[in-house]
Amino acid sequence: MNARRLRRRLVSGLMTSLVGLLSFLAVLALVLILAHLVAKGASSLDWSFFTKNPVPAGQAGGGVANAIVGTAIIVGVAALIGLPVGIGTGLYLAEYGSGRLGWTVRFLADVLNGTPSIVVGIFAWTWLVKPMGHFSALAGSVSLGVLMVPMIARTSEEMVRLVPHSLREAALALGYPRWRTSLRIVARTALAGIVTGCLVGVARIAGETAPLLFTALGNLNFSTSIGEPMQTLSLQIYAYATGPFEEWHRLAWAAALVLMGLVLLLALVARWAIRQRHGATR
Amino acid sequence: MTALPIEPVPSPADDTERPRGPTWRLRRGINTGDRVYRAILTMLALALPLLLVTLVGQLLVSAWPSIRRFGFHFLWSSVWDPVAGVFGAAPMIFGTLVSSLLALVIAVPLALGVAIYLTEFAPKWLRAPVAFLVELLAAIPSVVYGLWGVFVLIPFLRGYVVPPLRAVLGWTPFVSGVFYGNSLLAGAIILAIMIVPYIAAVSREILLAVPATQREAALAMGATRWEAVWTTVVPYGRTGLMGAVILGLGRALGETMAVTMLIGNRHDIGLSVLQPAYTMAAAIANEFSEATTSLYLSALFEVGLLLFLVTVLVNAFARLLIWRVARGTAVGSRAL
Repeated sequence: MNARRLRRRLVSGLMTSLVGLLSFLAVLALVLILAHLVAKGASSLDWSFFTKNPVPAGQAGGGVANAIVGTAIIVGVAALIGLPVGIGTGLYLAEYGSGRLGWTVRFLADVLNGTPSIVVGIFAWTWLVKPMGHFSALAGSVSLGVLMVPMIARTSEEMVRLVPHSLREAALALGYPRWRTSLRIVARTALAGIVTGCLVGVARIAGETAPLLFTALGNLNFSTSIGEPMQTLSLQIYAYATGPFEEWHRLAWAAALVLMGLVLLLALVARWAIRQRHGATR
Repeated sequence: MTALPIEPVPSPADDTERPRGPTWRLRRGINTGDRVYRAILTMLALALPLLLVTLVGQLLVSAWPSIRRFGFHFLWSSVWDPVAGVFGAAPMIFGTLVSSLLALVIAVPLALGVAIYLTEFAPKWLRAPVAFLVELLAAIPSVVYGLWGVFVLIPFLRGYVVPPLRAVLGWTPFVSGVFYGNSLLAGAIILAIMIVPYIAAVSREILLAVPATQREAALAMGATRWEAVWTTVVPYGRTGLMGAVILGLGRALGETMAVTMLIGNRHDIGLSVLQPAYTMAAAIANEFSEATTSLYLSALFEVGLLLFLVTVLVNAFARLLIWRVARGTAVGSRAL
């Protein structure tokens, strides 16, 4: 009897340590990746890295100024396309989403959230690159904007739903029309949360590469025209990492560090903003 | 929680004699602004279904020449010859499935372990930070995983993993051939790391939704803490956990950049995990801009269509399972 009890306790203790160890491993993976990024990328971050354009293969030096500016433009335009649709969909789901259309849209948003981004890339290629006859940053922005919509819609919906009913009822009781209640009372109260969701959404698409391969394409020169091919950090990392030169690998690590820093910064700001408002909800 | 059924309450002014304009509008219940507002939001919300329909329609149209030419043969044939204009996608379908399943084999125990530890055993102060760190894995761009895989993971595998693997399993066909670095094994491992945060986050929400009474009942019956978790909590969340795993599978199937950089991109079916392989997403990424003939392009579109349909079906199935447990929540849809 006693031996059996001992065995059960032993198993319990053992499994507890095992799941603890597994959690440690998962965190270790993150730490290792971040540590390698810093170790291999930090030494290349200097003034010319941020201000110079790439130099021809084989030469030393050069930077990724064009890619940084390109990332900002492409992601900015994508946000202009994706955010209004995403937030609007989120408001619809929260305000009128109890019917069949609401269910369908919610389900589609969740399903589309996990679709391969490269498929959206070839979709944008057919609609924008092929008819225009050349690659363009705009096509890249459109594909990234499309990718944002489901994510933004779902986070906006959740944030709007967090607004207490009493606020809405108070406004309606005062004779406020429903649309003004929705926009000026409900959406405004949820604004911080919605903005946070948008930040996270932007952070997520800033690192996307696959849909840009056949749309924005990449560009070795500095370009700010959205009708032309444009470079982004992610495309630059891909090109440099798969290239043969040691110098390129060095720059790829540095660019990856910059991209990761950008994404982490947005994620941390979003996290902090959520905590400010809702406390540690999860 | 659904939208409020309450319409603006008619003001007391309705009963008394007042100027007609505003009271008339109030009595109607829904004023023009409300109608316009609802119409605008509905149009925006219709964008997603519309997008899905045009996406599938477009892919179908673009892939049609290839579908007509090769039929179901496309799925079984392993000849991929752009010069002769003969295309069969079997090796990439095989590579996509095998790499994703291998990734699941690695990721599921890891992610479930994280979820169980965080909901059941971890000290309170540790839960939120560790959950955040694990979810940060989902924030790392795919191309950065690829970079790390090429320059850190592959040398590590070559030095410390492949030799012992060969020593133990070298007699099986699964661990044979020369290890060049880029291989099914490397692709599967990077995929596993990438899907852990998704499976862990959803599993955690599922386990949190298990009523505390289940746990307490088991403990009261004299179960150890582990027994309480393994015999009551986990079976209770079975459906949702299944959904979490399938969601991870969906992510793995469609993952592009990291896999393209690590899997070796060889159009061949091989049993050995040390050999290069190919996936559907990688094929599109590599060959789309090189596709010179319209049939070649069409074949790639068909690969894209297949990939899209498979991931949509897998995701839809996963969602239905998860929704059954955590109804209507956006579990795992949040970006972080």
